Amino acid sequence: MGAGNVPGRHPEREIDMPTFRFPSDRGALVAAARLLLILSLLLPLGLTGARAGALDDAAALFAADSFSDTAKAIDLVAGADAPHADAILEALADRRLFVSADKKLVFKDKAGAAIDALTGKKLAAEPAGLASVRINNRLRSAINNAVGQMTLQSPDAAKRHAAALAVYKSRDAASEDGLRAASRVEKDAGIKTVQQLALAAIIATAPGKPDIDRLTAIEVLKDQGDRDALTPLNLVPAEAGQGVKDAAKAAVAEINNRLALWSGVQNAWYGVSLGSVLLLAAIGLAITFGVMGIINMAHGEMVMIGAYVTFVIQEVIRQNYPGLFDYSLALAIPASFVVAGVIGIAIERLVIRHLYGRPLETLLATWGISLILQQAVRTIFGPTNREVGAPSFMSGSFKLGLLDITYGRVWIVVFALAVFLAVLALLRFTPMGLQMRAVTQNRRMAASMGIRTARIDALTFGLGSGIAGLAGVALSQIDNVSPNLGQSYIIDSFMVVVFGGVGNLWGTLVAALSLGIANKFLEPFAGAVLGKIALLVFIILFIQKRPRGLFALKGRAIES
Amino acid sequence: MTLTRRSLLASSALAIAASALPMMPALAQSGDTIKIGILHSLSGTMAISETTLKDVMLMLIEEQNKKGGLLGKKLEAVVVDPASNWPLFAEKARELITQHKVAATFGCWTSVSRKSVLPVFKELNNILFYPVQYEGEESERNVFYTGAAPNQQAIPAVDYLMSKDGGEVKRWVLAGTDYVYPRTTNKILEAYLISKGVAKEDIMINYTPFGHSDWQTIVADIKKFGSAGKKTAVVSTINGDANVPFYKELSNAGIKATDIPVVAFSVGEEELAGVDTKNLVGHLAAWNYFQSVKNPANEAFIKQWQAFTKNPKRVTNDPMEAHVIGFNMWVKAVEKAKTTDPDKVIDAIVGIEVPNLTGGVSKMLPNHHITKPVLIGEIRADGQFDTVWQTKDLVPGDAWTDYLEGSKDLEADWVNLKCGNYNTKLKKCG
Repeated sequence: MGAGNVPGRHPEREIDMPTFRFPSDRGALVAAARLLLILSLLLPLGLTGARAGALDDAAALFAADSFSDTAKAIDLVAGADAPHADAILEALADRRLFVSADKKLVFKDKAGAAIDALTGKKLAAEPAGLASVRINNRLRSAINNAVGQMTLQSPDAAKRHAAALAVYKSRDAASEDGLRAASRVEKDAGIKTVQQLALAAIIATAPGKPDIDRLTAIEVLKDQGDRDALTPLNLVPAEAGQGVKDAAKAAVAEINNRLALWSGVQNAWYGVSLGSVLLLAAIGLAITFGVMGIINMAHGEMVMIGAYVTFVIQEVIRQNYPGLFDYSLALAIPASFVVAGVIGIAIERLVIRHLYGRPLETLLATWGISLILQQAVRTIFGPTNREVGAPSFMSGSFKLGLLDITYGRVWIVVFALAVFLAVLALLRFTPMGLQMRAVTQNRRMAASMGIRTARIDALTFGLGSGIAGLAGVALSQIDNVSPNLGQSYIIDSFMVVVFGGVGNLWGTLVAALSLGIANKFLEPFAGAVLGKIALLVFIILFIQKRPRGLFALKGRAIES
Repeated sequence: MTLTRRSLLASSALAIAASALPMMPALAQSGDTIKIGILHSLSGTMAISETTLKDVMLMLIEEQNKKGGLLGKKLEAVVVDPASNWPLFAEKARELITQHKVAATFGCWTSVSRKSVLPVFKELNNILFYPVQYEGEESERNVFYTGAAPNQQAIPAVDYLMSKDGGEVKRWVLAGTDYVYPRTTNKILEAYLISKGVAKEDIMINYTPFGHSDWQTIVADIKKFGSAGKKTAVVSTINGDANVPFYKELSNAGIKATDIPVVAFSVGEEELAGVDTKNLVGHLAAWNYFQSVKNPANEAFIKQWQAFTKNPKRVTNDPMEAHVIGFNMWVKAVEKAKTTDPDKVIDAIVGIEVPNLTGGVSKMLPNHHITKPVLIGEIRADGQFDTVWQTKDLVPGDAWTDYLEGSKDLEADWVNLKCGNYNTKLKKCG
């Protein structure tokens, strides 16, 4: 009856067994009746008893709602050899495993249908009083490991991959045999690599392995050479031979050297991605401040409005068309451009146009507008952060060499460059761009050539604000969507525009990227706080030397 | 033409100002009320956290008035907005006490705002209830600290992570925002960890500016620090807005709670409202209250709060509970003293016991801190917390930590010693 799988749950039956014999005399009838009774009890058990027994015990332990009991229950389920054992554990990890009011174990599949955990059969109705089984991080690791061991040979490639990774992380020696078996039949090269790594990690760290095997394992880990390989190499047990320990030490040193080389590339990438965020925030300002010469303190609030437009669009989509969620950002791009642009035009028409030529008043007025906009958003949306989700193509990361690159950052870099090129093309190749440049270079001449300068002013300001709105879409992915969002970017934006040279878009690009990269190379040495101070000091000194920034516009028009 | 435009501008500005007005309750002048000051930022950086506390105070005062007020009088809230501006906190506190003649004030969030109003409350001899977890190292006669002291939050959290259930953490990253609360807390934690046998090279300390938004380098550093083969955890005293980009970067970088858990002291239900928590499941927070605590008192409070805010999804959090406890203690103390006179209330309130929302009874101690349970929670996919560990009994708040030179000999006792920093070695106050 597969007694190995039945812990002492039915002691009365087991104890009955040895007393069971055929008495030759008058008790024969009674004995025969007893035999029948026992057989009738045992028969169904022989078929399903092993599984149901383990799961029964597990159910009782799950119902106790204590973490140590749940840990025991996980081991029982993992050993229960039931076809749906992995489904139970996955449900537990996702908090879809419940104990009903009458102490039955039930789990729900991803669609929400209730399933009896003992039989694996769908239940017609959801039992009453379901209480979810709680877990903590220790149990979560145990579940990952158990599911990993069970699904090492799953027909689903993604599951096999996850399983191998789980074992690689847990380095649980119990999965060694399973891992070997799985690796022998594995066809997918990528998964096989992970399985080999997991095997190497186990052999390198588990007690009682021969040195020769350990050396091969260390070699495998060294060749992998990334950060994850360092952990098992650092954990080679003290009992291993001196040669093994030296090899592990050498491997750690080599991997660290390689990582140090890569850290330069990593910092450069972080710098580019920070630079692209700065660029996005600053392009709009490069137009309103750089091209038009307006000190617009409400620029950050345009970014914030762009982010809130993204939030509103995502909420609408989430509630009405959840299937379109991945496209929410694509819809938010034009919408936030239009909303921020229209608000920008309104500000220009109502306030700024009365203040042309009076920079101090403009500064104060736009500062006031920024406070009004902040408080208005706070009144409408509340002071707390709003959640803007990441579409699936923007979450997660991939490996490039030894670099971990997150998709979200890649898309922001791409988006920043696209916006930059679009603005450049707009200023260069369209009639509107031509008129904008004409008005900023010589307003009176442009006016006498028949350009309606007031209209161009409004459109230019609207364009700058609209681009700030676009920045808001991107920033909603990495920062808070709160009424204060804009404030944290306004200083940085001015810094970029002034450093790059007022009125020069290319200057803005170079300034944003170089400030981003400089910041990221300073940060590891100086820390985030000192790094930022150092950068500000550098810019102050630089502006002393070159007041017009990196790329100063030349010509008469600027002098006026 | 310009004139009409200007008047249009003026009227639109008026309209906006008018729309902001309803936030302030009418300051009706009726002689026979007891006034209560509410000193929380309603604009600026801290509005995100403090606006909620203003609302919870308004609700508590309304409830008390429904019960018939206090000493036969109605209570009246006086709301001022210090606008996240630390010196303005002191000005507004003075305004509350001298102009509005409030009987007590409930307010402040950041330690720097509390430090800014301390001299005012001392000089004008009034009462402040401070509802937020803080760095300790302080005990003032005029202030009642209803939030957690370090021994009611930071130290138990670290103890949990060192335990078997917490993952037997051996290596520690102490990450915080660069100001007084994280600096002091991390100093205490470092001394505590070293006293527990953690080597210096197994502790990494990192500070970032307020509102830091680019966490790539620091998250990569944490990953690097965590690959040394010892179980690593992050203790986060990162405050305010910087948390959201930090957690977003963590989840993007694929750091799971089972690899490197992050335990936060300033992240509660409100802060998580802005984050997609799917990838943060299992990261931890240490508080004295969670919304998810199952308890009739808590369920009633949540229902009342959601009805008051007319939002069935509004969350509750730890500093809100602190205000509930503080307000109820003050009410009891006033009833006991039969007056709102600050001196009498300060004497009457020590020893007062009121039920908290997690099923225990909190007591005001002679050092003006209270007893609280400590709860460790793990973030759930729905943005709430699962309590995974909690202290058996309530922990009395300790104003002066036992783990720092210079403060371990100090003791605060406003009943017998009449002193907030009595040196037990030198046997003198101050």
